[in-house]
Amino acid sequence: MSSVLFAQVQRAVTSTSLLQGLAAGAIRSGTSVLFASLGEVIVERAGMVNLGLEGCMLTGACFGFVVAFRTGNPFLGLIAAALAGGLFNLLLGYLVVTRRANQLASGLTLLFLALGLTSLVGWDYVGKKIDGLSLIRVPVLSEIPFLGPVLFEGDVMSFAILPSALVVWWVLYRTRWGLAVRTVGESRVAAYAAGLNPDRIQYQALFVGGLLGGLGGAHLSLAYAQVWVPEMTAGRGFIAVAIVIFASWHPVRAIVGALLFGGAIAFQLQLQARNAPASPFLLDMLPYLLTLLVLLLWGRRRQYQAPEGLWEVFRGTS
Amino acid sequence: MADVADVVQIDHSGSRLNALVPSAAKSPRTQEVLRFVVALTTALFGFGLVLLVQGRNPLSAYADMFGFTLGGAYGRSEVLVVMIPVLLCALAVAVPARVGLVNVGAEGQLYLGAWLASWAALSFTNLPPWVLLPFMLLLGLVGGGLWALIPAFLRSRGWLNETISTLLLNYVAVLIVQFSVFGPWKDPRSANFPQSQEFVPAAQLPTFGDTRLHAGIIFALVAVGLLFFILRRTRWGYEMQAIGGNPEASRRAGIPIAVYIILALTIGGALAGLAGFGEVSAIQGRLRPSLSPGYGFIGFLVSWLAGHNPLVIVVMALLLAVLTAGGDALQINQHLPFASVNLLMALTLFVVLAQRGGGRRELER
Repeated sequence: MSSVLFAQVQRAVTSTSLLQGLAAGAIRSGTSVLFASLGEVIVERAGMVNLGLEGCMLTGACFGFVVAFRTGNPFLGLIAAALAGGLFNLLLGYLVVTRRANQLASGLTLLFLALGLTSLVGWDYVGKKIDGLSLIRVPVLSEIPFLGPVLFEGDVMSFAILPSALVVWWVLYRTRWGLAVRTVGESRVAAYAAGLNPDRIQYQALFVGGLLGGLGGAHLSLAYAQVWVPEMTAGRGFIAVAIVIFASWHPVRAIVGALLFGGAIAFQLQLQARNAPASPFLLDMLPYLLTLLVLLLWGRRRQYQAPEGLWEVFRGTS
Repeated sequence: MADVADVVQIDHSGSRLNALVPSAAKSPRTQEVLRFVVALTTALFGFGLVLLVQGRNPLSAYADMFGFTLGGAYGRSEVLVVMIPVLLCALAVAVPARVGLVNVGAEGQLYLGAWLASWAALSFTNLPPWVLLPFMLLLGLVGGGLWALIPAFLRSRGWLNETISTLLLNYVAVLIVQFSVFGPWKDPRSANFPQSQEFVPAAQLPTFGDTRLHAGIIFALVAVGLLFFILRRTRWGYEMQAIGGNPEASRRAGIPIAVYIILALTIGGALAGLAGFGEVSAIQGRLRPSLSPGYGFIGFLVSWLAGHNPLVIVVMALLLAVLTAGGDALQINQHLPFASVNLLMALTLFVVLAQRGGGRRELER
């Protein structure tokens, strides 16, 4: 299925040098995962793990595509995707915040919800074409050799990678709300004692995280592939959860993780485009194996940086 | 406090832990059943609304679904057919859960079991069935077990949390199967349709009568009985429960935690691999990349809903199997995508999870 997606972007990568194709491809392929990761950073900082992120992205991809197809305007699609993702995460909020249900089971339940919902909603849109987010070339700057096409050529969302990560960082570390989110993530009891409303803050964190997750999904259907394919996220939501751990819950470091993942996909595309004698299915494993390897090498020493409230989730007691 | 116990899911099997679990006395079985009926009704209502919005008639959809799964002998046998992998995958989650491990990788373990069993079926085509089938069964167990051994080992050394590793390995396992059926094992006669050659008759598990029901149901029920016995009546079960309850205290009491972690997750994986063997040998008769519509994940939810209790798992697996098998009827008669039944399943689980509710709030206020 992922090969379907890759066929769409192959044209873009074959015309360039290997290294340039890798760099540009890493950004293009990593954008969707990055936005989802940024959302998950906020959610996990608030003490929750959202395994439904895969479903959140899928919902965003589906609703974004449907709205973009109906209105002919990809930006309305982006807005719809963000809202759909945010509302979708509120469902998780009802289970894990209001009802205190097990977070991992709730997340997977919501993934199934998204699989069913998007298969119904997207049924009539499989194979339809849209005019997605257009490729923007920054004048003059995109003429710079090598760096130009990598950094100054892309869609709106890929240009927004660094600004978005910085905004999330600023919100988490320089605003009152961010402090509240991190407090709740460390200890709901302490937050409550400090006069905060932990439930409300967790709902807010989930909603904001869902906005970003929905946008991430929409990047797949509106910019990357520009088609709707059922289950098109293909595990990117789970990869995003892994990236957040790798990034030790820090938004700017999440860029590194997302680009590594995007780079693995781009590498695989480059090999395929150059007819390297390797099975696409073996190459498809690269991103997952790389994510595991990276977590294995760097994940452990960062455990102490985890929000305290997360441990209950991973121990399966919450 | 009652809700705390519900969420922590302590097994109240007549052990001393009973004193901690007042809910055992307060919530009799009938009440539990009643709550589940309410959940199911709510979910059916919700899914019906979605079907209405889609311009379908929910009543005829449900008539198709339940008419098929409950109305006739063949439909009922199909429910049991689906129940086999769901039940085994749920056990694959329940065993590690006893020592506090979260196995989200039953799907991948199922695929690897199916893959290794298929290798035997495609390689040793001259063996008689009474040699080949047990060998395939063994390889199914080994494949799933080995796939679970990777995260188990990493976890036992404290290197990598098993939740993430089992989850990501699912995708790798599916890709291994895809690689094989698109590449070396591809059936030359099936043009563009990716699948292996059909197994020789000796590699196909016999089915009962005209149905697709196979001996896997016996394996699954034996596994339930064995686990029930081990978990409740042996020292191993007791020590596993101790580790799940308080790993630090167990370590100090001299229980070899690393060994239990590896064993529990590997045995779990082997059970999922057994499900994979059943699917390729009895249901598909060949290796296909689409051999499971998410049985591993359904199993995860079944195990959680059942509180990792083997006997309750049987009931829950049966119920979710009715919904999954009903999905076929929706696809054939209502021209709805098969995946849409996921929505009904998710709504049911959503309501059940919401009913269960309640964790830390009481400790906080």
